[in-house]
Amino acid sequence: MIYLDNAATTLQKPDCVREAVLAAFDRMGNAGRGASAPALDASRVIYGTREKLAGLFHAESPSRIVFTANSTESLNIALKGLFVPGDHIITTVLEHNSVLRPLYECQEKGAELTILGCDEAGNISYEELEGAIKEETKAIVCTHASNLTGNRIEIDRVGAIAKKHGLLFVADASQTAGVWDIDVQKTGVDVLCFTGHKGLLGPQGTGGMYVRTGVRIRPLLSGGSGVDTYNSRHPSQMPTALEAGTLNGHGIAGLGAAVSWLQETGLERIRERELALMFRFYDGISDIPGVRVYGDFSTRRRAAIVALNIRDYDSSEVSDALNMEYGIVTRPGAHCAPLMHRALGTETQGAVRFSFSYYNTEEEIDAAVHAVEELARR
Amino acid sequence: MRKKEQKLVVTFHTTADAMAMEKACREQDVPGRLIPVPREISAGCGLAWCAPPQERERLLALMERQGIEREDLHQCLL
Repeated sequence: MIYLDNAATTLQKPDCVREAVLAAFDRMGNAGRGASAPALDASRVIYGTREKLAGLFHAESPSRIVFTANSTESLNIALKGLFVPGDHIITTVLEHNSVLRPLYECQEKGAELTILGCDEAGNISYEELEGAIKEETKAIVCTHASNLTGNRIEIDRVGAIAKKHGLLFVADASQTAGVWDIDVQKTGVDVLCFTGHKGLLGPQGTGGMYVRTGVRIRPLLSGGSGVDTYNSRHPSQMPTALEAGTLNGHGIAGLGAAVSWLQETGLERIRERELALMFRFYDGISDIPGVRVYGDFSTRRRAAIVALNIRDYDSSEVSDALNMEYGIVTRPGAHCAPLMHRALGTETQGAVRFSFSYYNTEEEIDAAVHAVEELARR
Repeated sequence: MRKKEQKLVVTFHTTADAMAMEKACREQDVPGRLIPVPREISAGCGLAWCAPPQERERLLALMERQGIEREDLHQCLL
């Protein structure tokens, strides 16, 4: 099998991730629930991962890192907990449903939404973004990279615009965390939402968010906290305020090992490897007659994703042929990105998405190019 | 139960703060350990840092230096 669906989840993880999860099963109790050796072990591992993520994203303190199950949960907490009726929110057509659907719910409750379009290559206009700001604007919410085209939105530019106009900036780093350097201080991101199982190379069921000091989010959940039991309200101190219930300690142990591996290996090295593989594939397929590629490949500032179609073939059929005849795993369909597909005119056909990882090889890329060539000749 | 001694007990708002305290104390060789919050201080559970009373100044200086937020500081027989 050749696994090229790393934008959905990275299949191959560093060995240390598996080992950390297994070790956690042997040792870890429930974090923050007592001072027994197993409970403290879990608390230490979780705090250690908090510290590592704070370091990775340049958070001002580990207490500003909240653990969740995935980006979707982080985005729901952020978007439903920040906005009130009357707020105006700006977002983009590049967004995943995990951004769009919570925002539509905010809209139903009385918030106003502006959704910025994109050009033919799938890029937003920063001038248009700034032009959409008005008196009632509360926030800009956008992805760091489209999960369909791989195109980046420059969060330092968006952050500068948000800062200039006194707006909150919520960024979705689902496709970039662990690959691109993200400095929440320098870029002015107020809330960063990430998942643990993609570029961060951790287990599924791990994820989190960074919340800038001073940004108050109404909690989505309340319940067990391990502290302040006789208070009828959930504690308001971070990170407990946004972490009700037992955390995924076993998964977080794996995520911590993954972040250490990323830091030791170096994000730049990982990124360069992914981009080299992606461009090898892109260069191999972009001139094949009948192949249409979506997205902007004039820059290396992008996620390692190539979405394409072959003539008018159903993307599901192409992806299935790749899977059954060549053992190549891709993702067809709409990728939970309805507005991006609509903007590219691929709502009906969908697209076949190839997404690459540090662990892919040149041989795998060449086999994928060959497969696309053959399918395009049919 | 064993004989009680005077102890310094630092309580925290969150488990994360308690863990930050443990890490800082271990790095700086400040004695003490995490214990369940004694019921006479709070019935609300959580972790507390328990240390000999003579470590008071060192502990306060360390928390100040590291920016560790505490809920309260108690001296009691434990």
